[in-house]
Amino acid sequence: MNYDILLRDASFKECREYIRSHFQEYYDVEPGFVLFEKHMIGVPPITIGLSGDVVIFPYTKPCYGTFLLRLECREEADRLRALKSGKKK
Amino acid sequence: MNSPSEQKTAVLLLGCPQVPVQTGIALYLISALRKRGVRPTVAGNRAARLLVEVSDPDRHYVGEVMDIDRYVGELAEKKRDFDYNFAFIHNDAGITYAATVQALSEGAMVVLVYGEHYEEVAAEIEFPCEKILAKAVHNPLPLKKKIDEVLNWVVSNL
Repeated sequence: MNYDILLRDASFKECREYIRSHFQEYYDVEPGFVLFEKHMIGVPPITIGLSGDVVIFPYTKPCYGTFLLRLECREEADRLRALKSGKKK
Repeated sequence: MNSPSEQKTAVLLLGCPQVPVQTGIALYLISALRKRGVRPTVAGNRAARLLVEVSDPDRHYVGEVMDIDRYVGELAEKKRDFDYNFAFIHNDAGITYAATVQALSEGAMVVLVYGEHYEEVAAEIEFPCEKILAKAVHNPLPLKKKIDEVLNWVVSNL
């Protein structure tokens, strides 16, 4: 997958605040929520941002810390909107 | 999880093994849990799992070993859970994994926080859990001592 890294070595609080302050559309999910066919790891609530077809989300690697990633995927953005319909923050 | 009449189970959540005490303390905790009748499983990333497996080639202590992301997936899908979760934490990623498991598991959560900056790391933990804290980096004895002090209470009360 081709992704951009928006933040490196960030805390989940920093990722959440970054998404909420930079994107108008965002949704809160619980740990274990499936995104890009993987169960999400994170300190709840995990905030996922959307900007058109772009999905912005935190991703943790045990030896490297937490990254905030930006990835374009219309299918996943549409799926998230459908799942969270009416729950937009 | 098991019914009260069955053997209790525990999972050790191992993070990045860059702090030397992790593998030794994990093997010590596995042994201590077995002595108390608790069946331990190890969940970790590849490096953490290999260190544990290579350190106990004849499997005197180590039982089941699994990928930590697979465990999170099985927890989220309610296919698997344990009576006790012991999370090894020395950095923010460790907190993240522990918070995830705490949110998904019905078992008790015990965190072992160690490393050079253990107090700062422990201060970032906001989810409910029992904490075992020690400034242990190369020398495992401070953390071993804390485990010895509280493990009987943990196993009998949580």
